[in-house]
Amino acid sequence: MNPYSLLAFLQVQASNLPERKIANMFRPLASPGESEKQVALLTFAITGAIFVVVGGLIVYTIARFRSRPGDDLRQEPPQVYGSNQIEVAWTIIPILIVFVLIGVTARVVAGVQNASPPKTTTHVTVIGHQWWWEVQYPDYGITTANEVHIPFSLDGAQATYFMLQSMDVAHSFWVPQLSGKTDVIPNRDNYLWMNPKAAGYYYGNCAEYCGTQHANMQIRLVAEPPEDFKKWTLNQQTKANEASEAAQDKAVFLSLSCVNCHMVQGTTAIGKFGPDLTHLMSRREIGGGVIENNRKNLRAWVNDPQGIKPGCLMPSLKLTDRELDQVVAYLETLK
Amino acid sequence: MATIDYPLDRPRAVEKEFSFSETLYKWVATVDHKRLGLMYIVSSIIFFVIAGLEATVIRTQLIFPNLHVVDPDTYNRLFTMHGTTMVFLVGMPFIAGFANYLVPLMIGARDMAFPRLNAFGFWIFLFGGLLLYFSYIGGGGLGGSGSAPDVGWFAYAPLTERAFSRGHATDYWILGILVSGIGSIASAINVIVTTISMRCPGMTLTKMPMFVWTMLVDSWLIVIALPPLTAAQIMLLLDRYLGANFFNTQKGGSAVLWQHFFWIFGHPEVYILIFLAFACLNEVVPVFSRKPIFGRQAMVGALVAIGFISLGVWAHHMFSVGMTSWSNTFFAASTVLVGVPTGIKIFNWTATMYGGKLRMTVPMLFCCAFLLQFLCAGLTGIMLGMAPFDWQLTDSYFVVAHFHYTLAGGLVFGIFAGLYYWYPKVTGRMFNEKWGKWHFWLFVIGFNLTFLPQHMAGFLGMPRRIYTYPAGRGWELWNFLSSCGVPFQLAAILFFAVNFVYSARKGEPAGDDPWDAWTLEWATTSPPPEYNFEKLPVVRSSRPLWDLKHPQDPDWKYNQ
Repeated sequence: MNPYSLLAFLQVQASNLPERKIANMFRPLASPGESEKQVALLTFAITGAIFVVVGGLIVYTIARFRSRPGDDLRQEPPQVYGSNQIEVAWTIIPILIVFVLIGVTARVVAGVQNASPPKTTTHVTVIGHQWWWEVQYPDYGITTANEVHIPFSLDGAQATYFMLQSMDVAHSFWVPQLSGKTDVIPNRDNYLWMNPKAAGYYYGNCAEYCGTQHANMQIRLVAEPPEDFKKWTLNQQTKANEASEAAQDKAVFLSLSCVNCHMVQGTTAIGKFGPDLTHLMSRREIGGGVIENNRKNLRAWVNDPQGIKPGCLMPSLKLTDRELDQVVAYLETLK
Repeated sequence: MATIDYPLDRPRAVEKEFSFSETLYKWVATVDHKRLGLMYIVSSIIFFVIAGLEATVIRTQLIFPNLHVVDPDTYNRLFTMHGTTMVFLVGMPFIAGFANYLVPLMIGARDMAFPRLNAFGFWIFLFGGLLLYFSYIGGGGLGGSGSAPDVGWFAYAPLTERAFSRGHATDYWILGILVSGIGSIASAINVIVTTISMRCPGMTLTKMPMFVWTMLVDSWLIVIALPPLTAAQIMLLLDRYLGANFFNTQKGGSAVLWQHFFWIFGHPEVYILIFLAFACLNEVVPVFSRKPIFGRQAMVGALVAIGFISLGVWAHHMFSVGMTSWSNTFFAASTVLVGVPTGIKIFNWTATMYGGKLRMTVPMLFCCAFLLQFLCAGLTGIMLGMAPFDWQLTDSYFVVAHFHYTLAGGLVFGIFAGLYYWYPKVTGRMFNEKWGKWHFWLFVIGFNLTFLPQHMAGFLGMPRRIYTYPAGRGWELWNFLSSCGVPFQLAAILFFAVNFVYSARKGEPAGDDPWDAWTLEWATTSPPPEYNFEKLPVVRSSRPLWDLKHPQDPDWKYNQ
């Protein structure tokens, strides 16, 4: 299969999943997101009512008691010093509202944080790096990057538990349509779960400032039917493509310093500092979501990552055109 | 009872001409609370303009998706410097400036309790600020080019550790803030001692002006809240240079520990800042409503309650760091609870206006806008206090919108109310009312246009502190609108600056008491002489000038 038809095939496959580019937190498609939305709506109702009443009173007071041209300014209004009954009233009523709000918060916090895992659970370890995500599946022995695949089911019975770790500084894992964010903190294990109820290619972001390229530390979360997820894991578990026609390109790749940072399973490239490239072409974007993954972009990226994502930790290697062609040709075999 | 003797209109002191060097010496060597107060305020205004220009570049970068007006590092430095400047070099010195200028005048004293400590506080704050900005020249370290800190105003560990922050930019951030913090503490101690021990005869705490009360509570908060930050900054320095590893996660330190330290300071800090606006409103609203403040005792009680509760809410900045459900619930509860005394304040200001005769002068307009905008800020604050909602909202643009509604729509509007209100006292001249109104309306439009749309960007998942954003995620419109507000704000500030500079020389003479006000600062000349009062006043109520002007109906006849 030549690289172009491969890309076309991948794009067709990907387009089966609805794009969820507008990460609207009020269109949640998983349990934690839904209960957070319930809290939000209740808070909107209460604060909205307060806004109308208090804001209305302020505006009314300004409009009603504004002095107008022609008023006798020497005439002072009645001097009122206060009223204990009124003070008590507008202390007690807010306290009652506060109790309602606290009760709701306590219930939802406990419900989300102390939920016990359902029977069918996928475990994923997400590790934040400056400025990309390492994604491991301990049960399947898979390591990938930036694109998190998890199964979904319409009834929400497929839950995924994330263990969140960081290799360097603090990050935060946030896919608004599925769940609120949980920080990814070095030297600490944090947990997050979600059970998507709709398939989709979800967009998210790192939400804790983590240095130069915080903006391009994006998350792509693919929620797919369990059978597709299964297929995906099987593909990810295979070693790198060893087609003989790529042997020469592969040799060039392995002779360059790419291998110090990148891993390609089944070869001598065992670097762990950068993203695992074993199935690079199965991912739709490169550079933590900064550009789409196609031949042209891939070539531009390998040629000069600093031009595309200034400050990122991948150096520009100053490859010759020929080396560049060969490296890109090899990378394109890593489906 | 002896009559109270403060002649309301006395001849202005003859102005002597001074040479430039004499003038310079007078200002640099001064220990007079009014000059120091003025120097604090002028430095704050200059830093405010600098921070505003930094924000202008930020909003220019974000007006369209994928725009690269500045590179990522420059952008990150700009938002770090903007936040740091606004909090430590604008908000804090404004507090010290207003308190210094007004507290002795309002309590009928001749100066602060510790005049030389006062001068020390100002100069060390100013040098702290200059040290921070010197990073643009020296931050790269020996032989390196300049680079300002790019770690955010909260400087989360371990991004600040040497492994991730090379050069000296972070050291400038640590030292600049640490040093100017010493100035803030010095000034706060001075305010506390002055209000406790130097009030004029008859001024019991129950008769102390509300401005002074607010500054007293504020100063206590500063004394309590700032040391944790200073301690944490010293620990960070030890980490960076002596291998202490408090926050160095690579060697077993704790990143969350820094966050606790920072927010134990950081949350009381936002109340410290907003108290200045409260203090201004407490004076401006009653005077222009022509009524005493409604529920004075409740107002003082609410103030103290906010002070106490605000010391126990810090971890609501940390709902997403993975605390236990009990901790999250506790901090959610305390956060929502602080809304009660804050609400009481808004209700009481409204009640003060209710039934009054509102004079819509420029300071009063700023107070009215404050009430509505601060109401919005308080309500979005409740949304953020609801921990499950906060998991979505925190670190998104919604938070940016929220705290700009408190600190710009609240604090800055309150400061402008105060600046316009006391301008005639300080300069002896009236500002131009028409230009003042232009300033107000442009600022209201610009402010709301800038920050209202940011709530929406946050709902759509836009994180904070990103130097650019891709097209197609629904953020374009909101960012475009937000950036469109900037020129309005810039124009407003231009009106403000021109008005203040021009009117100081050419404005109408103001007289001692242009607003027909009630507190003691209006009983002396404008500007007040170095000794403030020829004869120390004696007061019998919280509105001594009201008593004087209405001998048939004085305040002290009523139980208050």
